[in-house]
Amino acid sequence: MSSTAVNINNSTSTEKIMETLKGIVNKFTNAMILPVIGITVFLFFWSISAQNIHTSLGKFPGPNAVIEQLSSLYDEHVTERAKADAFYQRLEKRNAAKLEKNPNYVAKVRTYTGKETFIDQIFTSLFTVTSGFLVAAIIAIPLGIWMGLSQKLNSALNPIVQIFKPVSPLAWLPLVTMVVSALYVSDDPMVSKSFLTSMITVSLCSLWPMVINTSIGVSSIDSDLINVSKVLRLPALTHIQKIVLPASIPMIFTGMRLSFGVAWMVLIAAEMLAQNPGLGKFVWDEFQNGSSDSLARIMAAVVVIGFIGFLLDRIMLQLQRRVSWDKSSVNV
Amino acid sequence: MNLTTEKNNSASNTLNNNQKAFLDISHIDMVFPTPTGGFTALKEVDLQINKGEFISLIGHSGCGKSTVLNIVAGLYQATKGGILLKNKEVNEPGPERAVVFQNHSLLPWLTAYQNVELAVKQVFKKGMSKGEMKEWIEYNLKLVHMDHAMHKRPNEISGGMKQRVGIARALAMQPEVLLMDEPFGALDALTRAHMQDSLMEIQNELNNTVIMITHDVDEAVLLSDRIVMMTNGPEATIGEILDVKLERPRSRLSLAKDLEYNRLRSEVLTFLYEKQRKVENINSNAPTSKAASKQVVNET
Repeated sequence: MSSTAVNINNSTSTEKIMETLKGIVNKFTNAMILPVIGITVFLFFWSISAQNIHTSLGKFPGPNAVIEQLSSLYDEHVTERAKADAFYQRLEKRNAAKLEKNPNYVAKVRTYTGKETFIDQIFTSLFTVTSGFLVAAIIAIPLGIWMGLSQKLNSALNPIVQIFKPVSPLAWLPLVTMVVSALYVSDDPMVSKSFLTSMITVSLCSLWPMVINTSIGVSSIDSDLINVSKVLRLPALTHIQKIVLPASIPMIFTGMRLSFGVAWMVLIAAEMLAQNPGLGKFVWDEFQNGSSDSLARIMAAVVVIGFIGFLLDRIMLQLQRRVSWDKSSVNV
Repeated sequence: MNLTTEKNNSASNTLNNNQKAFLDISHIDMVFPTPTGGFTALKEVDLQINKGEFISLIGHSGCGKSTVLNIVAGLYQATKGGILLKNKEVNEPGPERAVVFQNHSLLPWLTAYQNVELAVKQVFKKGMSKGEMKEWIEYNLKLVHMDHAMHKRPNEISGGMKQRVGIARALAMQPEVLLMDEPFGALDALTRAHMQDSLMEIQNELNNTVIMITHDVDEAVLLSDRIVMMTNGPEATIGEILDVKLERPRSRLSLAKDLEYNRLRSEVLTFLYEKQRKVENINSNAPTSKAASKQVVNET
């Protein structure tokens, strides 16, 4: 009797262990194994089809060629940095020598003029996209709040927003280029024209999702909360600060995430045409260069662009999680 | 605290001498514009309320109870007639007519304490020091038995607790009139009973002027000094007013067998289910059911 009871106990506890093990395995499968399988299958089909596509610049690059180019791009960056360091050391030495001879000598400072490496271009792109996005946010969020608060302003501006929202960056770019060339005339420019052109184009395109989401967020605040504010007779600024802003933060952030995604997409196109030394210019230059490595390098850039876009979205998501009170609104 | 209540009492006494009510809801009509012309929700609603009175508004849903409350709150403007509070016309919302909303409407990103604080800071910006404010906020949260969870956010506390905080926020404004729109409608029966007891306890202590909307006959009889029963809309108005002269403090257990209590209860029930029976035919659409209920009104 007692031995069977022990057996039953044993069997139930082993069952429990089996179940928890199953849960862990399931979780692991979903989080790790399935994505790895997906990526492997994709890489397989990519390399198969790449081998069968012949272009005037040789075969379409497969995964191997891309990895090769990524590492060679990094190597180029390292050698270029070494060159730059050597240049600055020489410059320092020369200046020091001249100063020894003539104490009144004013040291000449020259910047290294070697070409931008792929890594430099990534940072240029990140800087340009962030500037463009911030300019857009500074305009879009207050405008969106105002539109959300005032039904009249919303009716007046909504058609304009709807018309400009679907415009491609490529359509804006010539206009922006000409306007920047005409208005931004300076002997000692703080930033280059190409940067300004790309940045403004990014701003113009990433403005709209933020305006729309902010105004929807503000106009859809629970009317009870508005009534609370009315009963308390909150002054307009306090009303915005204490009720409107916190209530619409989830929607504002949704708009910001959308906008940042748009900004990153637009940036590559803008840099291509404006010749801003970022990833877009890299792609364009490689395309014009037309060496046997070019396609693999462009494909490497594509992978990097995608990966950075993904990272930017994750950063925005983390920011949203930190700022937003409504955790359920933060969806992946 | 004591000083202000005494002052208010003397003020209301002089008002009574002048034969003026504390709160005068004077011949109100409310017409809502619709695409097919005006919809008359309220017609000739007229009610005088004394200081410290607890009034319940009862009636079937859609009879315009909330509209009356919103007009008193100043959130709606009456089409005809008006509201006088201490002889001054009401035409905008304000903290002297605090509202407890049906679904608590606490700001979800603030803790219970901060929700009350927002109101206190706004209402007593000049009159209180920081320390006094803190004390006053905590006093009000204690009054509704929420001092143990005052640093929790609305999504961390139960529905009844949220409603308590909503009441604390309204009480903290030290309103002349407390307006409650079905404050316990969304709560389960046990929690509701508990909240009613708390409200009676608070009312015992503060003796506020209260207008409360309710669907619950027991709640109305238990809490009120007068029950205002409204006819069905459109053109809803006050049907009957019932004086509740039960002794306070009231206890729901001993009242259950009380003859007067049961008489009042059955009067309200008779009004609601015989005189103002709402004919809700599943097959007929809304206008005909309204027309039918109007017929009932005419017959009575």
